[in-house]
Amino acid sequence: MGKRVGIIGVGQTHHAAKRLDASGVELIAEAVSRALDDAQLTMADIDAIVVGNMDHFENINYVDMWAVDGLGACMKPVFKVTTGGTTGTTVGACGYYHVASGLFDVVLAVGWEKNSESDTQAAITTCANPTLERDPFAGAIGPLATEYSMYMKAYGATEEDSARVAARDRNNALNNPYAHSRQAVTMEDVLNSPMLSYPVKFLDMCPRSDGSCAVIFAVEEKAKKLCPRPAWVHTSVVRHDYTHFGDLEWQFMPTLERASAQAYKLAGITNPLKEFDVAELYIPCSTCGVKWMDSLWFCDHGGAPKLIRKGTFEMNGQLPINPSGGVIATNPIGATGLIRVGEAAWQIMGKAGARQVKGAKKALCTGFGGCSWTDLMILGADLP
Amino acid sequence: MGLYEDKRKRTHTPEGYELLTQESGHLEYDFHWHLGYYWSKFLAELRDNQRFMAVKCPECGTVYMPPRANCGKCYVEMNDWVEVGPEGSLEGFTIVRFPYIDPNNGEMKQVPFTSIWVTLDGASTRMMHFCNEYDEKDLDVGMRMRAVWSEERTGSIHDVKYFEVIREKPAKKAAAKKPAKKAAKKAAAKKPAKRPAKKAAKK
Repeated sequence: MGKRVGIIGVGQTHHAAKRLDASGVELIAEAVSRALDDAQLTMADIDAIVVGNMDHFENINYVDMWAVDGLGACMKPVFKVTTGGTTGTTVGACGYYHVASGLFDVVLAVGWEKNSESDTQAAITTCANPTLERDPFAGAIGPLATEYSMYMKAYGATEEDSARVAARDRNNALNNPYAHSRQAVTMEDVLNSPMLSYPVKFLDMCPRSDGSCAVIFAVEEKAKKLCPRPAWVHTSVVRHDYTHFGDLEWQFMPTLERASAQAYKLAGITNPLKEFDVAELYIPCSTCGVKWMDSLWFCDHGGAPKLIRKGTFEMNGQLPINPSGGVIATNPIGATGLIRVGEAAWQIMGKAGARQVKGAKKALCTGFGGCSWTDLMILGADLP
Repeated sequence: MGLYEDKRKRTHTPEGYELLTQESGHLEYDFHWHLGYYWSKFLAELRDNQRFMAVKCPECGTVYMPPRANCGKCYVEMNDWVEVGPEGSLEGFTIVRFPYIDPNNGEMKQVPFTSIWVTLDGASTRMMHFCNEYDEKDLDVGMRMRAVWSEERTGSIHDVKYFEVIREKPAKKAAAKKPAKKAAKKAAAKKPAKRPAKKAAKK
């Protein structure tokens, strides 16, 4: 099982479409210094650093070297991790593994991206096989849109269902001072927004952002000393899938189902809908916020629309999802997954300000990437 | 947590220097990808024989379109070739309307284009390609599709120009829907793959 590990500090930048004021390394420094402040630590207390962003999106390779000053990595071990959309959560998992191994006591995990520095959809498109799939593959939006066309056909989900999810996340973001996109919207606003790729409309889809997030993991003995209320890592599970888009099972997400089944088993969770107090989920498009609920064992296949229509996942519902506004409000891709972990940690630590879910003791975070890769982490107020 | 400075709207440094952006200029980045035995054969068959060659896993029986060397699930090399198609079922589609830079040539992608996932008859997996229709009202998951070949074929997936919907009767919408409904019903009746039971959840 490894050592028990707690999150003792989180830092985020103010995320935006463009951060003209900061180069990538300065954006990293902003998040890292805020995380150190949150944990009341200095860089001298950090034993190792994990960093991640999307390969080549800023046309810089060897980013771990390039960002040393902002990371505080001088003379420290640095481990670069990059796993597409899941980068942020994999960075978190990697930070956790470092500490759980017993080899490092306090580890800093950093995710970042300056999406504004290039054409994001073009860059994302290069994940598809250039010979066989790149041409019909339309960035992040194409496959997600296609997937929902299948789900609507199979189970009667509607564009209104996804519009409801979009409105939920966007309105939640109004409580989050760090969020990129903070605008009040109604379901009608979403349905009337321009069509990007049937059935996905402009307000259904996440933005691309400049931003960074830093999370500090500490081994049990240190966490107890340094932090009044750490967010303990109960489990971290990762599952990956095929590389050809046509190979994947699209009616449901096998990686999310298997990862969550395994995680619930390890964490002793038998009724996720009841037992989680809050969830920060990697939902890049509102359509995913409908379809993927099935794969988290909240309901049977096709059961998601009913839960959505009942308001199950609203702030005042049974299981609030994305009080931060989620990915639909903020998406600096290399950081996005780590923001889920950071926000969930703040919920457990009682530091989520206006977006705090009262009495949150158990939180679920997920990451998602390209070919249905899934990272999943469960955090709790009690020791695992 | 404290209140941190929000610098999102800044356009100048505190001393008044304008915040600059450096343009890379038009980067040209050429690559040469080696296609290996399987994709070379696959593309040659498209070009020369206008047919879709898939491979079948000797262990799990999955018929892969497009073909590839290894079955990822079983981790075995595959050598059983199987012809599939040329017709198939539309599994999913989207009509892309937002333009973005095509990383293959640096130009803006021509929109709208319709991206489809089609299961060629005999294949287990879906092939990504294009359809020549751009109105979601005329397309439905479950429709039957057939490949339309390019006259000039070079050994590329574009040797198939696009897939067209097979409509037995022409134009009139009500009539055109009939074959689609039947196929759609058939596709809907085909049970989606079973989720692993939570208890017996495979690792």
